[in-house]
Amino acid sequence: MNSRGAPTPAPRVGVLLSRVRVEEKLLLQELQSRGVETTVIDDRELVLAVEKRPDLGVDVVLERCIQHSTALYALSILDTWGVPSVNRYEVAEICGNKLLTTMRLIRDGVPSPRTRVAFTPESALAAVEELGYPVVMKPLIGSWGRLISKVNDREAAEAIVEHKDVLGTYLHSVYYVQEYVPKPGRDIRAFVVGDETICAIYRYSDHWITNTARGGRATNCPVTPELNELCVRAARAVGGGVVAIDVLEGAEGPLVNEVNYTMEFRNSIDTTGVNIPAKVVDYVLEVARAATVKAAT
Amino acid sequence: MAKCPECDADVNVGSDAVKGEIVSCPDCGAELEVKETVPLALALAPEAAEDWGE
Repeated sequence: MNSRGAPTPAPRVGVLLSRVRVEEKLLLQELQSRGVETTVIDDRELVLAVEKRPDLGVDVVLERCIQHSTALYALSILDTWGVPSVNRYEVAEICGNKLLTTMRLIRDGVPSPRTRVAFTPESALAAVEELGYPVVMKPLIGSWGRLISKVNDREAAEAIVEHKDVLGTYLHSVYYVQEYVPKPGRDIRAFVVGDETICAIYRYSDHWITNTARGGRATNCPVTPELNELCVRAARAVGGGVVAIDVLEGAEGPLVNEVNYTMEFRNSIDTTGVNIPAKVVDYVLEVARAATVKAAT
Repeated sequence: MAKCPECDADVNVGSDAVKGEIVSCPDCGAELEVKETVPLALALAPEAAEDWGE
């Protein structure tokens, strides 16, 4: 009901996407099964006139772009014009950059691996030596574990740094170096929707990179109160919404490694028994309703 | 049914396929994008770029 007692119309949802992968298809099917008026917005065809509020004919936008830069700038425009979105621009900006994510985690006291940042090859090597081998070097922007290097000794460090310096774009000249956290052949990916960790998986791999996109195997990980609390804190640190938290089981306790804002979940529904797309759609509709109520008052 | 643009195999998609959906060619494994559902038209899906990912 709105303030005049009339029924509030059902929110209209726009799904901003690049390709209909398994995740997008499940989300669209969930929206369809509920009878939600849904508009698919193909980011390859989208033109946004930035001087005015985008007239997309929807009450909320669910962002599912595959390309970080597309998501970031589209959400920036929506955010400026007050179009509700999941996730919000701030979340994309923070989660899309590993350093900004780390700084939010530190700001909010969320444990994360020790990290050093340097801006020249020489200082990068000094940072590596200070942390002690092995270390992990990561590009600030990127996912699916690409271009992440485990550096075991000085010679490898010199080679990686030289390659980044000579072959990389300017973004690769910001050196992000982390301690290597030995893990028991697995890490944890937890899914947070709003204020709840809805489920989590262990990702097992013989390789030190455990992304399921890289062949890691998934099994259910029980969401303990401690895991829930840690992951919700991490989610809030980056601005909240629908995010996936990567957790390392360090010797002295869990560490939040990364936060993903356009999460993939195809391997986690059957594994956890949790209907992740339904939870996401619940949240999206809640955001739309909250925005409608706010606009009416 | 449509032909795989990579290997020319016959590719079927489910009746619930939607425009923009990504399917794999059963013969060569190429990632294909459904460009149209009626009649079915397939194209090679774009290659991953540096900032692709979740």
